[in-house]
Amino acid sequence: MAAEISPKAKAWLAVAAVPIILYTLLPIGWILSLSLKGGTSITDRNYFPRHWSWDSYKYIFTGPAHNLFVPALINSIGICLIATIIGVALSAFAAYGIARLDFPGKRLILNTALLTAFFPAISLVTPLFNVWRSVHLYNTWIGMIIPYLVLTLPISIWTLTAFFRQIPWEMEQAAQVDGATSWQAFRKVVLPLAAPGVFTTAIISFFTAWNDFVFATSLSSTPGKAWHFDGAQTVPAALSYFTGKSNFIPPTGFVAAAAVIVTIPVVILVLFFQKRIVAGLTAGAVKG
Amino acid sequence: MSVAVEKPAGAAPAHAKGPKPRLSDRARQERWLGWKLTAPALIVMLAVVAYPIINAIYLSLFNKRITDPHSGNFIWFRNYKVILTDSLWWHAVVVSTLIMVITVVIEFVLGMALAMVMNKIVIPRRTLRTIVLIPYSIITVVSAYGWQYAFAPTSGYISKWLHTISFGAFNENYDWFGHHWSALIAIMASEVWKTTPFMSLLLLAGLAQVPGELQEAAEVDGATFWERLRRVTLPSMKAAILVAVLFRALDAFRIFDNIFIMTKGSQDTTSVGVLAYDQTITRSEVGLGSAISVLLFVCVVIITFIFIKVFRTDLSRVRGD
Repeated sequence: MAAEISPKAKAWLAVAAVPIILYTLLPIGWILSLSLKGGTSITDRNYFPRHWSWDSYKYIFTGPAHNLFVPALINSIGICLIATIIGVALSAFAAYGIARLDFPGKRLILNTALLTAFFPAISLVTPLFNVWRSVHLYNTWIGMIIPYLVLTLPISIWTLTAFFRQIPWEMEQAAQVDGATSWQAFRKVVLPLAAPGVFTTAIISFFTAWNDFVFATSLSSTPGKAWHFDGAQTVPAALSYFTGKSNFIPPTGFVAAAAVIVTIPVVILVLFFQKRIVAGLTAGAVKG
Repeated sequence: MSVAVEKPAGAAPAHAKGPKPRLSDRARQERWLGWKLTAPALIVMLAVVAYPIINAIYLSLFNKRITDPHSGNFIWFRNYKVILTDSLWWHAVVVSTLIMVITVVIEFVLGMALAMVMNKIVIPRRTLRTIVLIPYSIITVVSAYGWQYAFAPTSGYISKWLHTISFGAFNENYDWFGHHWSALIAIMASEVWKTTPFMSLLLLAGLAQVPGELQEAAEVDGATFWERLRRVTLPSMKAAILVAVLFRALDAFRIFDNIFIMTKGSQDTTSVGVLAYDQTITRSEVGLGSAISVLLFVCVVIITFIFIKVFRTDLSRVRGD
């Protein structure tokens, strides 16, 4: 189908790629530029920095904002990783069951996942806020991880179900014919085959949790002290609590520097696993 | 579809084993394993979604305010009456709906163009697909700050650039966040930028399934580019389009992050999501906040229902099963 593209069309398509690349990179370059602008040049309104400086990064890592940013970063990484691992583990079992076994109630779980994903997270905030305060889960890691499962479970169940359906199951049957139980076949044969899909699903669900602001801003209040785990505020929520050097200066450069720091890990993941992420995002979304 | 594929595969080894009782034994074992494997995920989802929403429905019938110990009386549906007769609620519904309709239309057009380029492109193919993923992976709050600083008259370049492009006709110090429509434009710019790539990837997957022969036949018959797009391409990827649009529409209707960061709801940019947050978290009105949460949920159900009825989207067929 794509074989017969004329050189002229090829060139035009390459030209069409330029505005697309600008579209995606312009806002990112802008945040990077803001984070590197030194002193008063932050308000010079130029796209590119004229005076380069690392001051904003120093401010959030070792300066006055470090006890806000550093613990928030630890919270973000820890909470999102735990929520991803639990979500993907539970989904792996469920997806295996749905893709592989024949039992009544399959549809129920897929529909529940669909409803959960459609469910507006903000609608959960009021009841959770109320319950969490009475059971002392407000502003704790567990109190954040539980609602994050709402974000990670549905997407993991779909993506993994789609991946698991593409696995060559004859190998599992061969193992079962050789005397392995369903459980052994799952652990020894299926799991290694499924690992790439599981990994991709983990990346996508990590992105989803990493992106959350709704739960973070309503179910946590402070990032706590670094490594003390006495707060649960994540970076997206902490960003809105940044202050400038005085009350009259907006914290533009510091927010930009923090934004760059939390963007770097996801961009690295995207660069390395581009193909898999695309496959994961579209797997199960569209079937003929 | 899955049933057709799986039945023979699952049945074959069982048949080979012979007598009937053992077959049902195996089937029962399979059924149990299926339930055991799916139960944890199902229970967690029900616990974290069903319980809170039931709790919200219950709380919405009380005039509960956390800071007021004398509140907490059962007041039937008075919260709903208060909300539904308040112009603030209807304004928030209008804002959410406007944002949903405008962003989804723009995202669809842009996303479709992007998908068509990505589908055919040869030279920077891999680079393009990687770069397009970047906005998708950026935190919404980060995107909101980036766009806010870009529009802000104190630090941003956008007004300055517009001033230059329009030869001075556009005010260099225009206060984007000082007016209703310009604030909405800034909010929608961030929303569109961040989510168009996701839309385009879903559409790209749909495009890949359009039969090539059909395209060629139309081309041979002398159909123009637009005719082919309207008569061949779009109809044959209808399922993918509807899923992409529905997902984005529901997401856009519950918009919260961008508005909260960029305007906090000033200039009448409060969406339904921001309204629910304000009542519960800012004003501690748990009763009213719960009622708004329930109403927001009802809105989402209505939007989904309209999609399924009007466009005949078969979700269970397209997603997962």
